[in-house]
Amino acid sequence: MSDAFLMGEAITCGYGDTNILHGCTISVEKGEIAVIVGPNGAGKSTAMKAVFGLLPLRGGSVRLGGEDISTLTPPDRVAAGMGFVPQTNNVFPSLTVRENLEMGAYLCPQNMEARIEQLAQLFPILKECRQQPAGELSGGQRQQVAVARAMMTQPKLLMLDEPTAGVSPILVQELFAKIQEIAAAGIAVLIVEQNARQALSLAHKGFVLVQGKNRFTGTGQDLLDDPDVRQSFLGG
Amino acid sequence: MTKPSRQQHPSPVDAEAPPNRLPGPWRPLWGVAVGLALCLLLLLTIVSREGGGVNLLNALVRFANFVVIPGVAYGSQLALGALGVTLIYAVMRFSDFAHGNTMAFGAMGVVLVTRVLQGMDISAGPLPTALLALPFGILGAVTLALVFDRAVYRFYRRQRAAPVTFVIASIGAMFVTNGLVRLIIGPDNQRFADGVRFIIRVQAFKEMTGLSEGLALRTTQVVTLVVAVVVVLGLFLFLNRTPLGKAMRAYADNEDLALLSGINPERVALWTWIIAATLATIAGTLYGLDKSFKPFTYFQLLLPIFASAIVGGIGKPLGAIVGGVVVAFSEIALTYPYRKILGYLGFETDSLVQLLSTDYKFAVSFIILVVVLIWRPRGIFQGRVI
Amino acid sequence: MKVDTGMGRPFWLAMAMALALVAVGVLQSWNVALAILNLQLISAVMALGVNIQWGYGGLFNFGIMGFTALGGLAAVLVAVPPVPEAWAAGGRGMAMAAVTMAATTAAVWALHRLIKVKALRGPAVALVFVAGFALTRSFYGPSVAAIEAVNSSVTGFLGGLGLPIILSWLAGGALAAAVAWVIGRITLGLQSDYLAIATLGISAALVAVLKNEDWLARGVKNVTTLPRPVPYEQDLHGQDWFVDLSVRVGMDPSLLSGLVVKALYALLFGAVLLALFWLSHRALHSPWGRMMRAIRDNRDAAEAMGKDVTRRHLQVFVLGSAVVGIAGAMLVTLNGQFTPAAYSPFRYTFLVWVMVIVGGSGNNGGAVLGGFLIWFLWVQAEAAGPWLMTLLTSGLQEDAPLRQHLLSVAPHMRQLLMGLLLLVVLRLSPRGLLPERSGQQGLARQRIGPEPS
Repeated sequence: MSDAFLMGEAITCGYGDTNILHGCTISVEKGEIAVIVGPNGAGKSTAMKAVFGLLPLRGGSVRLGGEDISTLTPPDRVAAGMGFVPQTNNVFPSLTVRENLEMGAYLCPQNMEARIEQLAQLFPILKECRQQPAGELSGGQRQQVAVARAMMTQPKLLMLDEPTAGVSPILVQELFAKIQEIAAAGIAVLIVEQNARQALSLAHKGFVLVQGKNRFTGTGQDLLDDPDVRQSFLGG
Repeated sequence: MTKPSRQQHPSPVDAEAPPNRLPGPWRPLWGVAVGLALCLLLLLTIVSREGGGVNLLNALVRFANFVVIPGVAYGSQLALGALGVTLIYAVMRFSDFAHGNTMAFGAMGVVLVTRVLQGMDISAGPLPTALLALPFGILGAVTLALVFDRAVYRFYRRQRAAPVTFVIASIGAMFVTNGLVRLIIGPDNQRFADGVRFIIRVQAFKEMTGLSEGLALRTTQVVTLVVAVVVVLGLFLFLNRTPLGKAMRAYADNEDLALLSGINPERVALWTWIIAATLATIAGTLYGLDKSFKPFTYFQLLLPIFASAIVGGIGKPLGAIVGGVVVAFSEIALTYPYRKILGYLGFETDSLVQLLSTDYKFAVSFIILVVVLIWRPRGIFQGRVI
Repeated sequence: MKVDTGMGRPFWLAMAMALALVAVGVLQSWNVALAILNLQLISAVMALGVNIQWGYGGLFNFGIMGFTALGGLAAVLVAVPPVPEAWAAGGRGMAMAAVTMAATTAAVWALHRLIKVKALRGPAVALVFVAGFALTRSFYGPSVAAIEAVNSSVTGFLGGLGLPIILSWLAGGALAAAVAWVIGRITLGLQSDYLAIATLGISAALVAVLKNEDWLARGVKNVTTLPRPVPYEQDLHGQDWFVDLSVRVGMDPSLLSGLVVKALYALLFGAVLLALFWLSHRALHSPWGRMMRAIRDNRDAAEAMGKDVTRRHLQVFVLGSAVVGIAGAMLVTLNGQFTPAAYSPFRYTFLVWVMVIVGGSGNNGGAVLGGFLIWFLWVQAEAAGPWLMTLLTSGLQEDAPLRQHLLSVAPHMRQLLMGLLLLVVLRLSPRGLLPERSGQQGLARQRIGPEPS
């Protein structure tokens, strides 16, 4: 089997004595959006943490662009091209929006202005509130800043942990549209999402996890059409 | 009493940003207005008496001489000390009980080098020689701080130990630093201020203005203010304009995200200690120049310094400065006898009109601390909840 | 390092401590050994008090000095005979001052409660406070002057109750407990660092009061004539049986009397230590103790289970402070004098903390061992410092300034030693020499050392 751009293969890991994931496999190609969905406690967020190196692997491997990165620390993975947007606490609240972006570019500050300009076209909020402390923004605005900060690290893979949590329903659509734009620019996007139906509808690939194992895998549309998936996870 | 919650940021609920309201301390504006009006009325009554104008000036001069000038100098010293405490708290998340002794250690270096310079007949002209010795003292204190960081704190930082562990470790550092200072320079009082003593003398002021009250301005007081302003401006430029300064603020804000942005915690810790030890040395030296150098006094300064940091809102550099000024002024204003000033204003009285005996100077910072803890536990500038 | 389990380690450490004392007795003198033992016993009681607060409750009290001083004050107030002239001169005024102060406090509290309009509350409270303050001062000022004028070189204070000084040990505990209750009401509920800073400030303020309120206990003029719970050496010399005894053991009576007096003190202190140790041991292993540890280890969970955490913390704060107060009263009894200026935070707060951390927080035996060990080192290091310095500087000329300086500051080496000891123990054995025995969930795992995340 040829390697995908991101290949998390047969991942086993967990906390304490118990394993949460049992040989779970996640993969994303460049320019593709992959979504991890599943019931509560299925190990969605754990899978994300394992891929990003926040949890040590007990089995399996993570490869990025063909290279094994299983032993790298999260900061090293950022340097290797992984951008990560945590679910909460994902901005620097007392820093201004602009400073938040600067922190994203801390490791490689080359042509920072141009990059900020580019992102501001995608997220106009970055311009409008540039001198405002990020902690004073609303949930939706903050999420945009968080994504933009991660994008400032110039990732080849962007990972979002429940990006729509705490965002009002009207803005969810908008946020997803922006994520699609990011993917269209050739970046691999991996999302963990509660909002399964909406997320699958725009995903190129979906992973349904149940009890730490892959239950269904397919294109987003396939999964939406699959009666089993609909029955069990999408509420009919 | 409100129970401090541990949550750092409000959860990201999708509400529009709160409307721009005045920051906390300025909200009761109408109260301030009423107060001002009352003061104005009082002022008019006083001035309208016979000779009221001159007496008012006398009262103001006396107030400036005994409360404002010493308050500004002492406030600047406290602010510099509190800045160090607040930076360490913001980045490393513990209250450094060794900070007073770090001040003593740095100031000790300055005293020793000042003595050497004086022996070599090198002086700074009208200014205290200690200013020339300052870099050496800073070097000493920074070295000590970095030795402690490498040998003690780094270990616990890597373990992600609980803050109490750091506090207990800082007690160890406090004992060690205190021992070192006493071993090297001894426990006794040292005076090391030299140069021109006064910028304005009482007599000269009286002759110049014709008032019966005199005003003295000591060189050390002006030096204190100038140095403090320069240092604070420099620190704020550093924190707000340089990548490293911003990285320090980012790290203080959200440690995990800072790591993900590639900010190296060791580098942040290194520079925090360098800056805190520098501030401590400067604060210690200025205090020593203004009063005198005595190791135990520096330990006692710990309390007003902590009070300043907490009153302002711990973790907030601006708060440390405001807090320092508030604590210094309260300490002096509450222990100053107002009889003579009231006399000038037409209220003759036999009692000293002193709210607290001067012996309770250090208790004042504690009173302020308790008041703040009860009514506004996060301080004026809404610092972190410890 | 070999880690013994069960009784092994405490036993050997206790034996080593006893051996060290015997060595001091043989090599230096038994007088010195007994003097050390007495202060070790008192230190152990203080460490026990801190351990109740920190080890059981996880409370960061840096105000130990204040409660020790309160215990000392109790010794004065209980044992010194009253000064009737002073009472006559200023007693009434002081009583009035106390009444107006209480009334002001009550009025402020009531206004704060009763006035519902926020804008009025502040000014009204301030007005009442200022008026009450002025009224209190008007009674207080003249009375203080009158009291302090009464034979000021000998008394100049109100005196005490003239009761046996041993009662003051209880009174010291009660006084410390009462003050701790007030302080606890204000400061508990604060997180660890705040509590530490607040209590440090309170203890400094308490000692400032004791230093400056001469009418209370003579301030820095000190009370030097406290009665003893044990016989005086001179009285022993006059007793026939004592002279007999000294002949029989072949010891100079003046030497023997010193030893006997110190030994009697040691018996008293030892009895108090044993009683308190037994009580706190029982408390720790009662349902109450288990609940306290549950609160300490997981405050949120305990709170969710309906435990009133702040109330429990107040209990443990008061109890621990009472034990420290008892130790403070015993200390002043042993010294025979009350000297407020002698209370320094290094000696009376932080040194006790070193005892608890080095000994083993959460473990009463550890705290007691820490008290014994640290006091021994503290005393011996003061003597050993100059000795070491003489050795180190023996290459220098007898009158070289450097040598002179080093010899004069050598006793301060013990500060360095204490700091290093604390840091080393915290690093190598973060749970102390005798760790708490509840295993995985122990205090040290939770609060000292790596945080489980």
